[in-house]
Amino acid sequence: MSTATKLVKVVNRLGLHARPAMLVAELAQQFAAEISIRRMDADEAIDAKSIMQIMMLAATAGTELEIKANGDGADQAVDDLAALVEAGFHED
Amino acid sequence: MKLIEIVVTDAINPSLEARTRDDAIGEMMDMLVAAGNVAESDRDAFVKAVIKRENRGSTGFGNGVAVPHLKQASVKQVIAAMANVTDGIDFNALDGRPVNSIVLLLSPEDKPELHLEAMEAVFGSLSQETFRRFLRQASTVDEVVTLLNDADSHQLSA
Repeated sequence: MSTATKLVKVVNRLGLHARPAMLVAELAQQFAAEISIRRMDADEAIDAKSIMQIMMLAATAGTELEIKANGDGADQAVDDLAALVEAGFHED
Repeated sequence: MKLIEIVVTDAINPSLEARTRDDAIGEMMDMLVAAGNVAESDRDAFVKAVIKRENRGSTGFGNGVAVPHLKQASVKQVIAAMANVTDGIDFNALDGRPVNSIVLLLSPEDKPELHLEAMEAVFGSLSQETFRRFLRQASTVDEVVTLLNDADSHQLSA
């Protein structure tokens, strides 16, 4: 079972609001691996495949997140999700 | 941020009669106008903008709830209207299910952090099955207000 972890920072002005949350969940759902996201300033991680849970991160611009995957395609999942966040969700 | 600080008590309707998504959004905006939280002159533009946003991607995130929303420069603080629709309406929800409970959220355009905090409060509750069930079952404004207060003080068991 492979695991992967990456730290990213939210860079777009509006932060992780509804539309980016949807993009993250849709991307995460493409992987078989379990994927979680945690704010670096929090203990609890949320399920990256759930839009509602992603919205509960309240991740503003500048928030640091830890993306963690466990299972098939873990490396690819973490890489792709990190790239999406780092690209500002293609919106600014 | 607490739900009770966001949701306008005078803009809660536990039995909205709207049959369509756009009617529901319009009627909920009317509730905010009637409560004095949205200017009459902004009403049509706001409704149009919420529907436009909704058409770009449904805020029907599943489990019978939807959170249509809008960020606008003329909105000074985060406010929300809440409604139950008796028969459930088609919101083009992600899980394809009809929507029974709607939170219409308006946020200041220049304060994205307030919008995200409000969304956190809203989804912190809506993601709980217990909250969704109690909300659907609420038949009076007082019951909804009690539910919001309970959720804010974490008195709902999951």
